Amino acid sequence: MTTYIFKRLLEAIPTMLLLIIISFLLMHAAPGGPFTSEKAVPAQVLANLNAKYGLDQPLWRQVANYVWGIVAHFDFGPSFIYKDRTVNEVIAQGFPVTLQYGLASFVIAVIAGVTLGVVAALKHNTGIDYAAVATATAAHAMPNFVLAPLLVLVFTLWLGWLPGGGWEGGELKYMVMPVIALSTSFMASIARITRSSMLEVLHSNFIRTAVAKGLPMRKVILKHALKPAMMPVISYLGPAFVTMITGSVIVDMYFSTGGIGRSFVDAALNRDYSVMLGVTILVGALTILFNLVVDILYAWIDPRIRY
Amino acid sequence: MFMKEEAAVRLADIAVKGRSPWADARARFARNKGAMVGLFVLSLICLFAAFGSHLTEFTYDYVDFGLMGEAAEKGAPSWSSGHYFGTDDGGRDFFARVVQASQISLAAGLIGSAVAVIIGTLYGAISGFVGGRTDQVMMRIVDILLSVPFMFVIILLLVMFGRSIWMLFLGIGMFSWLDMSRIVRGQTLSLKRREFIEAAHATGVSSGRIILRHIVPNLMGVVVVYASLLVPIMIMTESFISFLGLGVQAPLTSWGALLSEGASQMRYGTLWLLLFPLGFFVTTMFCMSFIGDGLRDALDPKDR
Amino acid sequence: MALLDVKDLRVAFKTADGVVNAVNGINLSLQRGQTLGIVGESGSGKSQLAFAIMGLLARNGTATGSVAFDGLQILNARAEVINPIRANGIAMIFQDPMTSMNPYLRVSDQMAEVLVHHKGMSMTDAVAECVRMLDAVRIPDAKSRVRLYPHEFSGGMRQRVMIAMALLCKPDLLIADEPTTALDVTVQAQIMRLLRDLQRDLGMATILITHDLGVVAGFCEEVIVMYGGQVMEQSPVDPLFAAPSHPYTRGLLRAIPRVDQLGEELASIPGTPPNMMRAPKGCPFAPRCEAAVAACTDQLNALTEFAPSRKRACNRTVEELE
Repeated sequence: MTTYIFKRLLEAIPTMLLLIIISFLLMHAAPGGPFTSEKAVPAQVLANLNAKYGLDQPLWRQVANYVWGIVAHFDFGPSFIYKDRTVNEVIAQGFPVTLQYGLASFVIAVIAGVTLGVVAALKHNTGIDYAAVATATAAHAMPNFVLAPLLVLVFTLWLGWLPGGGWEGGELKYMVMPVIALSTSFMASIARITRSSMLEVLHSNFIRTAVAKGLPMRKVILKHALKPAMMPVISYLGPAFVTMITGSVIVDMYFSTGGIGRSFVDAALNRDYSVMLGVTILVGALTILFNLVVDILYAWIDPRIRY
Repeated sequence: MFMKEEAAVRLADIAVKGRSPWADARARFARNKGAMVGLFVLSLICLFAAFGSHLTEFTYDYVDFGLMGEAAEKGAPSWSSGHYFGTDDGGRDFFARVVQASQISLAAGLIGSAVAVIIGTLYGAISGFVGGRTDQVMMRIVDILLSVPFMFVIILLLVMFGRSIWMLFLGIGMFSWLDMSRIVRGQTLSLKRREFIEAAHATGVSSGRIILRHIVPNLMGVVVVYASLLVPIMIMTESFISFLGLGVQAPLTSWGALLSEGASQMRYGTLWLLLFPLGFFVTTMFCMSFIGDGLRDALDPKDR
Repeated sequence: MALLDVKDLRVAFKTADGVVNAVNGINLSLQRGQTLGIVGESGSGKSQLAFAIMGLLARNGTATGSVAFDGLQILNARAEVINPIRANGIAMIFQDPMTSMNPYLRVSDQMAEVLVHHKGMSMTDAVAECVRMLDAVRIPDAKSRVRLYPHEFSGGMRQRVMIAMALLCKPDLLIADEPTTALDVTVQAQIMRLLRDLQRDLGMATILITHDLGVVAGFCEEVIVMYGGQVMEQSPVDPLFAAPSHPYTRGLLRAIPRVDQLGEELASIPGTPPNMMRAPKGCPFAPRCEAAVAACTDQLNALTEFAPSRKRACNRTVEELE
């Protein structure tokens, strides 16, 4: 097991480096440097700026410096727009917020989705099943950017129950709508996957064997069916993580929660390449890490996978 | 970015199944009420996008200065004024704008998935057909690319290289072929071991010809099903980016951009600006989801 | 009182394309210690018959009629009634040992839970008993192998584990549903020998479901030949082989390769089993029967005794067939 984890970690390193280098080169290839703004800047100022950010050095040096900065010091360099802030500071400000509501959404979506899917499968072709499928289908057609305005419309404008935005250190009433907006379509996906996978498991021969042993249905489900039925859900968690972190951009924009997505969109609107790059690389690294965890989890649960 | 992964999970089991005759599949699809209703409604939406501009005297960029800034007071939808969907805060006819937005959104769905299907099918078919080292390297590349956060990269590219709708359409397609290529590769691998391919090899048919005449037609089932799942994902992706204000630019618009505008103004009582694009978007998602399920059931007879 | 008494058992499945009648009115009874073979081609309803008895039908299946085990009605019984019977009274071995065990659980877990649940044993005692049972089915090094996962066993070994698992509670009745079909030919013989030895040692009643008349010959006292969900012929095993009374049985017998008749061509029965969606109202075998007459497509004589303890369902008399 340890060797397997080690091997997977080793494999992740070149992926990570590649991601950093390609992103950096892309940025370099972009027409117009980061300081070509609307205002005309005197040549001397531009040269000074370029020198300050190391843009006058040969390309390979820039790449090496950038990679070394990230790898050795976890330093993404200075922001190109806000002269007094580093990319690290921008990320450090938004990331905890994103993590907080992201984690809450993740946990809620998994628990609610799995429960919904299992219940639907157990009550296959009954009213409960149809209701669950209808709920999942509806939730599926409502991504976060559709759900967010609807939530504000109902809970803020009509009912006046919840504030329409803000964060205030993650107080519950500020957290409710971001979490619902972020987790709903994700929960629907998990419910659908769980349902179809559970149905398939329930039709399998080994469940018939378990029933033939005279075990009560509850035990058959919990001991024999749940684990195999969860495998597709586990493999979905990696991609789901990406979906959620992407969705956090919308949440940050719409609910002004001040997470990392906000920094990214602001940077995009201001052409602040270094912040965009830093966020992209960070998200990529998290994705790789999360996929790694999921793979290890999968291998750990399925005894047929040998390392 | 939203349903793609799940679609891939669901498709993983289609990929190993063989193809059933098309006539059978068509009959099964026609029997699926949800799918048929979805197809019908979606056709209406497409007709609306194609010919809707003939139903109104206004163009999407015509500004009625008398109504500008007074959407809440005078811009509500009405038959008598000819503004069937009302006007927006800029004094533009909202019906014309929704028609135009539908064109962009549907085009994003079609062009984006066409790009993804073409790249994915070719890449996957070649990887699976050639096999060996090439296959390993090609699939390793896909693995690496799968851990790239694409929404972020697309936005990065849009910002760097300028925002044009073609860039947007191509971009979302270029980054969505990965799952397609994996599925096609798996299917190709299993096809390759079938007798009729071996027979073609044995009789000296060239590899290119085998791919075109034997492999690709037999991949159609999987490709059609996956393409039907890709279209709504592409529409969502485009709307996502446009919702952030980083996609299509005024005066052009898309469902996502209209949603964003409507959402930012709903507290002034101009709810129609939110609900019309939202209705079109959600309805299309529903239709696509029913059609996709119908296609999957039709082409994958395994009883669920 | 008979150990198992099945009366007019019918099984039907609702499918998207219509109702499939898999079992159409089966009667049988079995005494303690008796061995019964049920023979038929695939699709003859023999497995569904067993599933109906055990209450294992798929969700879209319904069973009617009556099944009494030791005087207790168990057909469509509630979980509280049937669960104590399962494994304890009636145990079952399934066709495909590769998929009939849970791949995610150790063999010890899967076996021991039967004893823990039915006998209230502690986990440690239960595992010890499992090892004894694995020894009994001749699995070498059972003590350490009990900790393995199913995929770490070969097909034949897995079927031995399945047998051991079924016998843990010393059931009164064992139903073996094609226990050797999924196995290699050499392994098949070993498993059948093992089953016969165990049946003799434990003295349990056994129903052996198979498509292979040859397997029945060495194992069973009594044979039922099924076709299209109905009993075609029922007889003690020796007279059945000596003088088969039904055209279908004769066809089956001709299709068995025999060492003493080398060089002779094996006869197959022309045609395929009937589509149970539109089961014929007459004899289901009529379309394939060489002795069929016009009346056969309209009605079929009921199963009647034509010789001591031998029954047949056929419109032609035995004499006519000669």
